[in-house]
Amino acid sequence: MSVGLVGRTLFPLSALASIALAVVAAMSLALPPEHAVLPIGLPDLPMHVRLDALSRIFLLLLGGASAGISVFAAGYFRRGEGTPPGLMCLQYHLFLASMGFILLADDAYAFMVAWETMAISSYFLVTTQHRIPEIRSAGFLYLLIAHVGAISILLTFGVLQGGSWHFTFDAMRAAHLSPAWAAGAFVLAFVGFGAKAGLIPLHVWLPEAHPAAPSPVSALMSGVMLKMAVYGMIRVTFDLLGTPVWWWGLVPLAAGLISAIYGAVFAAVQTDMKRLLAYSSIENLGLAFTGVGLSVVFLGAGMRVPAALALTATLYHCLNHSLMKSLLFLGTGSVLHATGERNLGRLGGLIHRMPWVAWASLVGALAIAGLPPLNGFVSEWLLLQSFLFADRIPHAFVNLLIPMSTALVALAVALAGYVMVKFFGVIFLGQPRESTLAQAHDCGFLERLGLVWLAVGCVALGLAPVQVLGALNHVTRQLTATSLSQQGGPWWLLAPVPTRQVSYGPLVFFLAIALIVALTVFAVRLFYHQRVRRGPAWDCAFGGLTARMQDTAEGFGQPIRNIFQSFFSIERELPTPYDRAPRYRIAITDRIWRGLYEPLGGLVQRVADAIAVLQQGRIAVYLLYSFGTLIVLLALALVP
Amino acid sequence: MNVLEPSISELVTQLLEVVAALAAAPLFLGWVNQCRAWLSNRRAPSIWMPYRNIRKLFDKDAVLAENASPLFRIAPYIVFGTMVVAAAIIPSMGTRLPLVTAADAIALVGLFATARVFLSLAAMDVGTAFGTLGARREMMVGFLAEPALLMVIFGASMISATTALPAISEHLATQSLGIYPSLAFTAIAFTLVLLAENARIPVDNPATHLELTMIHEAMLLEYSARHLALMEWASALRLFNYACIGFALFVPWGIATRTIDPVGLAFSIPVLAAKLAVAGGSLALIETMSAKLRVMRAPEFLATAFLFAVLGLLVHVLLGS
Repeated sequence: MSVGLVGRTLFPLSALASIALAVVAAMSLALPPEHAVLPIGLPDLPMHVRLDALSRIFLLLLGGASAGISVFAAGYFRRGEGTPPGLMCLQYHLFLASMGFILLADDAYAFMVAWETMAISSYFLVTTQHRIPEIRSAGFLYLLIAHVGAISILLTFGVLQGGSWHFTFDAMRAAHLSPAWAAGAFVLAFVGFGAKAGLIPLHVWLPEAHPAAPSPVSALMSGVMLKMAVYGMIRVTFDLLGTPVWWWGLVPLAAGLISAIYGAVFAAVQTDMKRLLAYSSIENLGLAFTGVGLSVVFLGAGMRVPAALALTATLYHCLNHSLMKSLLFLGTGSVLHATGERNLGRLGGLIHRMPWVAWASLVGALAIAGLPPLNGFVSEWLLLQSFLFADRIPHAFVNLLIPMSTALVALAVALAGYVMVKFFGVIFLGQPRESTLAQAHDCGFLERLGLVWLAVGCVALGLAPVQVLGALNHVTRQLTATSLSQQGGPWWLLAPVPTRQVSYGPLVFFLAIALIVALTVFAVRLFYHQRVRRGPAWDCAFGGLTARMQDTAEGFGQPIRNIFQSFFSIERELPTPYDRAPRYRIAITDRIWRGLYEPLGGLVQRVADAIAVLQQGRIAVYLLYSFGTLIVLLALALVP
Repeated sequence: MNVLEPSISELVTQLLEVVAALAAAPLFLGWVNQCRAWLSNRRAPSIWMPYRNIRKLFDKDAVLAENASPLFRIAPYIVFGTMVVAAAIIPSMGTRLPLVTAADAIALVGLFATARVFLSLAAMDVGTAFGTLGARREMMVGFLAEPALLMVIFGASMISATTALPAISEHLATQSLGIYPSLAFTAIAFTLVLLAENARIPVDNPATHLELTMIHEAMLLEYSARHLALMEWASALRLFNYACIGFALFVPWGIATRTIDPVGLAFSIPVLAAKLAVAGGSLALIETMSAKLRVMRAPEFLATAFLFAVLGLLVHVLLGS
């Protein structure tokens, strides 16, 4: 198929379908759940589907984010970059459809089929440029961890059926599990979905796979696919398992917090822009799982309103992240196409050459940094508010943990600010670090449309939290039997907990800032002259200010590298004073890779070697094995 | 506090606070500078010096670097705007502020973060060595100071079960004198954060342009004329705002707490002036008595602040007070 057909027709059509999906999901939120049994699947094992408030919210997320990504993709894919566009288009839409089907599935069979389709279709998308060995190994790592997670999820469903051997979700809801089995199912689900979400220590695939994939695919994976893990976790914990026990929540809470800090710290020291965003995704998913854990703790302790608040914060954060992270990944895609560079050390000053991409990315960067009045701040605000509730938990030990958790959340959010200043500042501001950047061009019309769609989404979710909360209330009512009331409050004021005097009105807040800024501009214009001269930047009177004197990506990450030294294993190559061509090299690797994965890989290798002793390659030996097995089996059968 | 129909009196309080902050912020800075000069046996500059400085800058022609982007030109307005809005939601004279319903203390911390991010981005815009260096150091200070400030505010807000700053202040001011051990820890943490966030000694020195140590001044090097004036005014406002947060949390007495309270409001002005005079003097004293830290030591200083703030929260949970 030609690029023109794919780009001008199929992808825009798919974007329209995504918008339709989002609209339908949003309109039907208040309706009761709907069931259906599909006539497809294995004989005697038809697939069940169900559409309830939780699926609808995630379908809204899927539609909203993928609409922007598909429009962008329409202008992005071109010939000569690995997989031909026609095949790519097929894989891309298979990926989208499988994610939609995960959200609809109402039995373990349908769920697992969709889950595997998602993993495999995205594997092919990641390895689009399969001729590059690094990309092949990144793809393999992704596939491996996806399957470790899938096995864990499969076992979860095995436990959840509770002896009835019916694998519909309805049977699982009705099953009564003993506390030990229920806890086992929870932990298995946490491992399975945590692997997909990229929680520590199963995160290693994420920073490899995201940079390997083409940018719209990275956007889809980070923005949408990771949310499927959150969906699965919420579905199993709140819906299938019944009422959770409070201490279960401590597991995702702790893992989420560790991942949040870890992701943010690693993001701050990256030099590849897509790896930076991948680590930032680990941070954001960590925050989402923190919210899930907190909600479980509250629900288990019988505190329904704070549980609903924490769950709302999680869902809000998922919606936010699907828009802002997709936006930034698409921005990096445009930069990559315009310059051919992913390395931050060779970019810079692109705000002059690519204003559309730069300003859209600025919105995304400010949103991820959690700055008011954009959307990232709202979910941060809700999460912090739910932490503040915690001083009433009837368990003294948890009460002491909560302030420390709050501190870690605050630290992770502040680190996100650092990361985003680095990301935006190094790519778009300053002077171009390479002379080739002067030829960079802004992205085309369709790509702009995609970026603007997502940026507008970020602003809208930031300014209209009450309306979003109204939508999320349907989910919390379904899962925690509570909704955050908004009685009597004005339409622009977010006051989720009427018993507490807390509120946030982003629209008024934004208007106040805008008014003051406008008044200042006006006053300056009115009372003072407007004379402006342009001159060279101040060079301390030494002359010869060059682009190389700016901070590099390594330089900007240096404080974080020093402060969090124990997180990394660092290899440095420092030049000696006598070097004719001095080189400074620094390589930062993940300690978990060396501490966990390499020993594990070695262990697998050793076990395989031990087993390989059996493999002699002579037919006589194999006949002997068969004979021996037969004797042993006979002996077993004869001995009563 | 009905935000839908704020009464005239509430609006007046709101407006008065903003105007007072705008007018008094450079004066407060002048006072601190004067105290510092006295304490180090120098002849003090006039207390009006910051005003003259701002006026002089407004008269000058602006010089922009050749490759400065629009972001560089709008950043001063945004930084200034956020600081003015911050002044509007911090109770300095009265606690009945209509705007506070729309922006609580978490939003206030967010505002400071917004100002910091824009300042850093603007510093990176021209692409000089000093600018990026300043931006990096500012973000290094910021990523530890921001959560510390948040924890300080949470320490106080747990006592009064709200995150609205005036409500916290009102709760602490109107209660019969209670002693909160947790507030002692948070007060120490807050002092450290104030020093770091306002580029004071020991983290930064506002009076130097030495490249090895400067943070805030490095970011402003490319600014001139009206843009620089707005930035200077904004940093004076930031110091004023921080001082007022401190008063609201730790010495809230003397603030007007009733809806219609012209007497209280009138009384609060001299009280605020007295508090500011004492705070400025103490700030100058701390600065004179301490030495500038090396930049690498600044994270330790801020980590101490962060730990003290968390300790305050823990003490609150443990003692239930």
